[in-house]
Amino acid sequence: MTAPLRFQNLTLGYDRHPAVHHLDGAVEAGSLTAVVGPNGAGKSTLFKGIVGVLKPLAGAIAFDGVQPRDIAYLPQVAEIDRSFPISVYDLIAMGLWQSKGVFGGIGREDRGTIEHAIETVGLSGFEQRAIGTLSGGQMQRALFARLLLQDARIIVLDEPFAAIDTKTASDLLALVRRWHDEKRTVLTALHDLDLVTKTFPQTLLLAREPVAWGATAEVLTPDNITKARRMCEAFDEEAVACAAPEPA
Amino acid sequence: MLSDFFLKPFSDASFRHSLAAVLALSFSAGPIGVFLLLRRMSLVGDAMAHAILPGVAIGFLAAGLNVFAMTLGGLVAGLLIALVAGAVSRATKLQEDASLAVFLLVSLALGVVIVTVKGMDVDQLMTFLFGETAAKMTAEKLFVIAANSTASLIALALIYRPLVLGCVDPGFLRSVSRADGIAHLTFLVLLVLSLISAFHALGTLLGVGIIIVPAATARFWTRDISMMIVLAMGSALVSGAAGVLFAFHAGIPAGPAVTLAAGILYLGSVAFGRVGGLFRQAFPGRHLEA
Repeated sequence: MTAPLRFQNLTLGYDRHPAVHHLDGAVEAGSLTAVVGPNGAGKSTLFKGIVGVLKPLAGAIAFDGVQPRDIAYLPQVAEIDRSFPISVYDLIAMGLWQSKGVFGGIGREDRGTIEHAIETVGLSGFEQRAIGTLSGGQMQRALFARLLLQDARIIVLDEPFAAIDTKTASDLLALVRRWHDEKRTVLTALHDLDLVTKTFPQTLLLAREPVAWGATAEVLTPDNITKARRMCEAFDEEAVACAAPEPA
Repeated sequence: MLSDFFLKPFSDASFRHSLAAVLALSFSAGPIGVFLLLRRMSLVGDAMAHAILPGVAIGFLAAGLNVFAMTLGGLVAGLLIALVAGAVSRATKLQEDASLAVFLLVSLALGVVIVTVKGMDVDQLMTFLFGETAAKMTAEKLFVIAANSTASLIALALIYRPLVLGCVDPGFLRSVSRADGIAHLTFLVLLVLSLISAFHALGTLLGVGIIIVPAATARFWTRDISMMIVLAMGSALVSGAAGVLFAFHAGIPAGPAVTLAAGILYLGSVAFGRVGGLFRQAFPGRHLEA
């Protein structure tokens, strides 16, 4: 198995305070991994590191044959200006940016692709609506349609099912499963452990430091979960410099 | 009588220049204003309009009332200030509106001091601040304004996609492309170009009116960016033409006349606009079936 993403003693954080501390391990190609942990465990931080928004404080992420454009990322809170006067169709169509760039035209075939994506997420009929008129769940559907168009090998989803009704969540989860079937590598942060057990073969349990990483059943043991909760203590203003040796 | 009102001004070449210039300006001012508004940079536009004044004044100091020298001076000063202001606000986290307000006042003061020291008389200073009195414009100014607008429209078409996406979802744009920075910088250059055009036609203090007011007007009529640009252009065209005509007959400077005309359209839109207008809010009609 190849590993498109490999974390090497990775430490990510803010103002020298680590939010992800000494993470080692590899994300295997085509794997479907749940990233689980209490609030403040470093899930979002890890994702920001993967997409390059955040530079590591120490260690590194090794990409094997992966370009930044191969990674599609759905942030927990998208920076979308909901008051901007643009239609749902145009927002979703932006997912074609990789193939179209700044100047590429959107032809009949592309319009078919876009319409198909819109239909897949169940937003048919909403194409010409302004994005400001969408509900939270509809917006999440639109963003999934955009992810569909991005057609990326690696998909990183940060709490995609938070604050969304069960129908929407199950529709969107079906897409996640489909991406897994298509052998894409998917990383998803989420809190619903039942859902993780049912759907995600791999789990990374994170509590700033990695608690366990592997097959979901082996990771989500009561012991590990208790340990994760305990480890996630507050941000320490007075923390001293980490004494762990820097690898050569 | 009525035909006199509308036709007589056209026998005057300087009026024709003035009208043509305002119409040309409208085509670039419309879209630039829309993006200023949507990027929540209206105040930045206002501050920049004043910030180019010292540059224009230095051009005047060097070459007198030479349109090309003043344009060049304004362009250099505007670009310099756009870059410095961007860097300062990123580096210091100083309240942006406070630093803009300071900027605006100091540059206006500096500009006026420079031109008066050089010995600009009061009539010329009025033109400087409020635009051509009675809408009399030279062919050189018209040339500069038309060239600016042409270049701006072409450049806008080129950066349109990243510019829009950079407003809607900057995080996504950064994740797929590096065009974000280039688009933003180009936009600032275009803003400076439009401000200089507006300065030539309508003066320092009110030139920015034809950029910002029509865009704000358009926001009351549509929820679509392309339509908003078209409406902003149209509103700028109408207020520009009406303002210039009014300035010609009343013998007043073009700046206040055009801005007032734009302001009337704006007030009408606030009252009766289809999207968020007051009348519409007060009497929305019976709620719909679904």
